[in-house]
Amino acid sequence: MKFASLVKNRKALIGLILFGITVLVALFPGLFASSQPNVIGTYAPKLGFSTAHLLGTTSYGQDIYTQLVFGARQVLVIALAAGAFATVLSVLIGITAAYMGGLVDEFLSLITNVVLILPTFPLMIILARYAGTSNWVMIIVLVATGWSYGANQMRAQALSLRNRDFLEAARVRGERRAYIILFEMMPTMTSLIVANFLGSALYSVLAASGLQFIGLGNTSQDSWGTMLYWANSAEALQSGVAMWIIAPGLAIAVLSAAFALMNYAFDEIGNPALRPVRRKDLRKARKAAAQSALDEEKGAADVYADAA
Amino acid sequence: MSTQTPPDALLDVRDLRIVYDSPRGPVEACSGVNLTVRPGEFVGIVGESGCGKSTLLFGIAQLHSAPARIAGGEVLFRGKDLVTLPPKELNDLRWRNLAVVMQSAMNALNPVRTIGDQFKDAILAHEKWTEERIRERSAEVLRLVAIDSVHLGSYPHQLSGGMRQRAMIAMALLFTPDLIVMDEPTSALDVVAQRSLMVQIKELQQELGFAVVFVTHDMSLVSHFSDRLLVMYAGQVVEFGPTRKVFDTPSHPYSKSLLEAFPSIRGPKVPLTGIPGDPPNLANPPAGCRFHPRCPVAQDVCKTDVPDLYTLGASADVLSRCLAHRPNDPIDISLATEVTAS
Amino acid sequence: MRFVVRRLSMFLFTLWAAMTLNFFIPRFMPGNPLQALEARTRAKLSPAALESILSSFGYKPNAGLVPQYFTYLKDMVTGQWGQSIGLSLGQPVRDIVFQSLPWTLGLIGLTTVIAFLLGNVAGIVAGWRRGGTLDSWLPSTLVVTANLPYYWIGMLLILVFATTLNWLPADFNYDPSILPGFSPGFIGSVAQHAVLPAFTLLITSIGGWILTMRNNMITTVAEDYVRMARAKGLSDRKIMFNYAARNAMLPNISGFAMSLGFVLSGSVLVEYVFNYPGLGYQLLNAVDNNDYPLMQVLFMLYTVSVLVALLAADFFMAWLDPRAREKG
Repeated sequence: MKFASLVKNRKALIGLILFGITVLVALFPGLFASSQPNVIGTYAPKLGFSTAHLLGTTSYGQDIYTQLVFGARQVLVIALAAGAFATVLSVLIGITAAYMGGLVDEFLSLITNVVLILPTFPLMIILARYAGTSNWVMIIVLVATGWSYGANQMRAQALSLRNRDFLEAARVRGERRAYIILFEMMPTMTSLIVANFLGSALYSVLAASGLQFIGLGNTSQDSWGTMLYWANSAEALQSGVAMWIIAPGLAIAVLSAAFALMNYAFDEIGNPALRPVRRKDLRKARKAAAQSALDEEKGAADVYADAA
Repeated sequence: MSTQTPPDALLDVRDLRIVYDSPRGPVEACSGVNLTVRPGEFVGIVGESGCGKSTLLFGIAQLHSAPARIAGGEVLFRGKDLVTLPPKELNDLRWRNLAVVMQSAMNALNPVRTIGDQFKDAILAHEKWTEERIRERSAEVLRLVAIDSVHLGSYPHQLSGGMRQRAMIAMALLFTPDLIVMDEPTSALDVVAQRSLMVQIKELQQELGFAVVFVTHDMSLVSHFSDRLLVMYAGQVVEFGPTRKVFDTPSHPYSKSLLEAFPSIRGPKVPLTGIPGDPPNLANPPAGCRFHPRCPVAQDVCKTDVPDLYTLGASADVLSRCLAHRPNDPIDISLATEVTAS
Repeated sequence: MRFVVRRLSMFLFTLWAAMTLNFFIPRFMPGNPLQALEARTRAKLSPAALESILSSFGYKPNAGLVPQYFTYLKDMVTGQWGQSIGLSLGQPVRDIVFQSLPWTLGLIGLTTVIAFLLGNVAGIVAGWRRGGTLDSWLPSTLVVTANLPYYWIGMLLILVFATTLNWLPADFNYDPSILPGFSPGFIGSVAQHAVLPAFTLLITSIGGWILTMRNNMITTVAEDYVRMARAKGLSDRKIMFNYAARNAMLPNISGFAMSLGFVLSGSVLVEYVFNYPGLGYQLLNAVDNNDYPLMQVLFMLYTVSVLVALLAADFFMAWLDPRAREKG
């Protein structure tokens, strides 16, 4: 049901398509480009566009297009993994806080708010610097700094649901707490959970690329963020290899846009008031009203004509 | 078709049609509603949820918003058609001659401004009074509803439910309008507060002479206070006439069923009869008479023939939308047996 | 009063938590500050000198952890921030901070406020007029622009305006050949150098404001009290501002404070791309060079500014929304 409404929404459809393309490229890079993106000196450096090099080559003689294609996988894996874990964590903490109430709630909320307030990027920089450059570290850092926002949202919605009648009915039936949480509460919250996941994935894409850009990621691995890092170190803008900067940045932008559009679509699904009032529907309605007014006048005129 | 418009009619709604533009096509929420209100009269509008009564009210007061729109008809107020009136003139009329009281004062009052400020807004939108005069008038209307003027400085959430509702009524009285339309103002209150509010409204009405159009789903409550009663079903008027006549001898099967659904405190115990079925889908209303699927005395002809609003009674003051009252070839429902809903 | 007490205690608690985190991270992560320091200074200083530098920010490996912690807290609060052991070896951290602070506050702070104001007004108008042509494509466009990687946008702007067209400078906060002072030349140079970084931030952050305000307005406009205002005959403009916007704005104010945290921390990259010597730039240098004293102080400052902004927003909210005062 939700998937159907997602597809009908134009924004979501665009986002879904973009996302789908990225997934394809990440899963089967070999289909889109030949291998060996990273070996220095494979080609002549700083070449412009050509059929052999769709996006030119870097200052180190690597094919930009190939790097782009092979870099997709790392970005996607980090985004989806970090997004998923962060969502799981926010759901757990948010719902538990809301359902347990009392001291547990106060304690969990306090922790959530403290983590929420801490300046994330500086924290991430410091953590990444100390903890090393593996992908798992990146994911852990992203999850640790990104779960709190979602936790508050989950808690708020769970709180509003907690006193609803269908939950009361479940309690009276004698269902166990875990059952109520898993099978009664959570299904009602699916849109929020999915929207949360998309939001976390979005955040992870941007944050991970940002960290990689300043060199805190694994600089020997293929990724769009690391491409930007190397490009920046080699002063790509000034040395005429602008595409080295433009291409990976654009790829990041496209993937972020995909997540953002799908996320926004889920917001709209949840809150119909936000849906666009389409111009053509209004015009059709006005035409219909004008037509019926005309018909009435015509009908009245006919009556007079008959009477005359 | 309808009774002649009384020459002194304050409000004359003629054949009003209000349509909602939904993604699945237009849905007619009000199909050709006729309604008249005389000066100082109290007219009650009753019906189930979803019958279109609130839509009607907002349509009359020109407070509807997209996707609702007025698709036809006129709303003659003091002789002028509100539907086609230019916005500036309409605004002039607002509050001065036509005021509104809404269902939930908690939602209808701006939560971030004091009661006094909201009164002031209404006044300053139409007159350039001095601060002193504004304060005087505000205190005066609050006194009318038995609220201490100190509450001019209170915020809505600081007042009790009943007080808030009365404050809204006070606000409506700032310019002593000719007509106040009220959308279920008592629904959010407990029974005791309900009755006391109704009594207050009636007293004020008698004192100040304004007319009231009162929308509610509670037929028994409004019938104690209204002069005339209008019953709505599926976006149409099905009965309209003096309250005593409609209440004591309902002409339309729907009104009859509504009344029979309320238990009487006196009299013998009778089994309660409800109205079976659900309100119709206005996007695709039943053919013929809209009530026929749930009507206890419906006949085959009701499925095909569309009833108009017929005039009844010796004094021609009751309207009923039932084929039983059709002047040529009325159907006979007195001997009809229960027909299962189609 | 209860409200004030609760807010202040939350502020202090969070501050304490952040500082504690700040204290423990270097100590529980791999790497030893002393070794890093030795490597960094390449044995130019004696071990005793190194140890005194380290102890100035609370690192006394021979003292117990607990006394270290309390000395650290005391030092942070009293402004004894020690000396840098990074690029500017020996320079008091306090000096570095106060040199960079105004640049960050000026650039980031000013830009955020402008983006917030412009964005909210645009959002109010956009939310009020529904159904126009603007409304059909604006939200989607904004959704995309609000989530672009701003460091990339910064580099694109550099590419176009600095490298290609050569209209605006791509680096630093002012032309180093001009002497700082209140001369028109200097001020002009500062302004010139601020355009690209400010614009980068503005483009990427304004979208979010317009969008949230628009959504809030739409929800608010559907409320009964807006309909009531229409019934009273108030002018459209009065309704839009006094009834709709006034209420729609409320969630945005606390959002603004929250976003201040995100913007401040995010601006690190903008300063990096433009070599703009603000706090973010210093943080990156500090991280690159294992400059623990500087890192800790900067992190603490970031936290404090976000907390202060939140506190201010809370009090401002209470002033605007009478219901918030009771919630406490």
